[in-house]
Amino acid sequence: MTSTNNDQTTTVDPEMKMQSIDLNAWFGQKKALRNVNIGIKTNSVTAIIGPSGCGKSTFIRCLNRMHELTPNAKMTGQVLLDGQNIYDKQVDPVQVRRRVGMVFQKPNPFPTMSIYDNVAAGLRLTGTKKGKNLDEVVKQSLERATLWEEVKDDLKKPGTSISGGQQQRLCIARAIALQPEVILMDEPCSALDPIAAAKIERLVVELKRDYTVAIVTHNMQQASRVSNFTAFMYLGSLIEFGSTTDIFESPKNPLTEKYITGEFG
Amino acid sequence: MRGAPELSLGFLVNNNSAGGIGPAIQGTLILIGFTSLFGIPIGILSGIYLAEFGNNKYATAMRSINDVLTEFPSIVVGITAYGVIVIAIIGHYSAIAGSIALSFILIPIVARTTEESLKLVPNSVREASLALGAHKWRTTLSVVLPTAKAGLLTGTLLAVARIAGETAPLIMTILGNRYFFQGLNQPMAALPLEIWRDSLQPQASLVAQGWGAALILILMVLSLNIIVRLATRGRLKR
Repeated sequence: MTSTNNDQTTTVDPEMKMQSIDLNAWFGQKKALRNVNIGIKTNSVTAIIGPSGCGKSTFIRCLNRMHELTPNAKMTGQVLLDGQNIYDKQVDPVQVRRRVGMVFQKPNPFPTMSIYDNVAAGLRLTGTKKGKNLDEVVKQSLERATLWEEVKDDLKKPGTSISGGQQQRLCIARAIALQPEVILMDEPCSALDPIAAAKIERLVVELKRDYTVAIVTHNMQQASRVSNFTAFMYLGSLIEFGSTTDIFESPKNPLTEKYITGEFG
Repeated sequence: MRGAPELSLGFLVNNNSAGGIGPAIQGTLILIGFTSLFGIPIGILSGIYLAEFGNNKYATAMRSINDVLTEFPSIVVGITAYGVIVIAIIGHYSAIAGSIALSFILIPIVARTTEESLKLVPNSVREASLALGAHKWRTTLSVVLPTAKAGLLTGTLLAVARIAGETAPLIMTILGNRYFFQGLNQPMAALPLEIWRDSLQPQASLVAQGWGAALILILMVLSLNIIVRLATRGRLKR
């Protein structure tokens, strides 16, 4: 299937770390994304907001080729990472996922592994631990995820023994241990209480110094607090995309305004 | 506990002429060991294939065949092994024929329980590993299998316990023997056969020996269970 309403304004933008071009995605017969063009700028936080089922999770799952792991899922279009299409035939999806890390909605530490092993898992599973001091990487990653002080004496305990908020930061530590270039977050706070969520939010703002972050959220306050850019999606289409200030203070599309003001969603 | 009075060291290690069931115990251990050696890896690998890579028509066919085999009457397995292995391939009764027959009972059970335990592993665990950039096979080996370890172990033990007590396929494959192990291509004794034969005898002493053998068989399966549980307890704890 090819896009029909593409007006050829989409060009490769070198300022963008990642860029989707005419991205369409399906689950079986059901279309989940319609010609989505979003650029994700280097060292910034881009929030993707929209009501449930609007395709925001599908969108970020296309950015590290996790979408194709769902049975019957397919997609068309391009996703550029540093100008290269990650859907090119010669690109190995495994390599893409090492460069583009992901944090999921529900904290999912490996249930059979200790806290230490969970953070080290990425390096071990990908066989990239050679020449690295594992202890040092684990410590740095946990520090970076602001979890070190809380767990430094319990590194041998199971990863599932800590609280939900701590587990989510453990998953962030696990993702950054591999030193990805981009971190995708799929509603990382939706299973957490407000205090744990606030810690993750502060962490997200911190992370953009070294990484490029894309975060899916259905919490508009959260989007306005953490992000530099915001994309509003509805029914699989991108409705409006711009700087967070513009989207929240002077939305151009009436649909965006309705959603922001809580009239629907 | 009618077999309890029979138990003595001599009963366990002597051959039949000396009033013991040593050959039968040895035979059963060899059968279980040999069948498990090949059957468990094949069963687990098939289960992994069905659960993790089984989204195609080959796997669907394999799954149905597996289901049929799981429910197969063991006497039919025995008769098939008799026709194919005992008559056509080897030409006489042998321990190896018994082992092959038993593996046709063991493999489907292990494959089925492996598939079921792997399917219980939440998809979020697989996704977490794949999203880190781990290969599919690495994810299966290092993340999914350890998570399903308890289920795999239980399924394997159940299958081993099941074959330890099978009698029908053995009648038609290893035949039975009054002597200790003579070689894998020779007839061999086994506990279920011993129980069956002894219990049909008119002499009270032989019937009592059959009860003793039955008790030994139960104790063997029980201790196998306990040993494996103890050995893996520490690692199974969350």
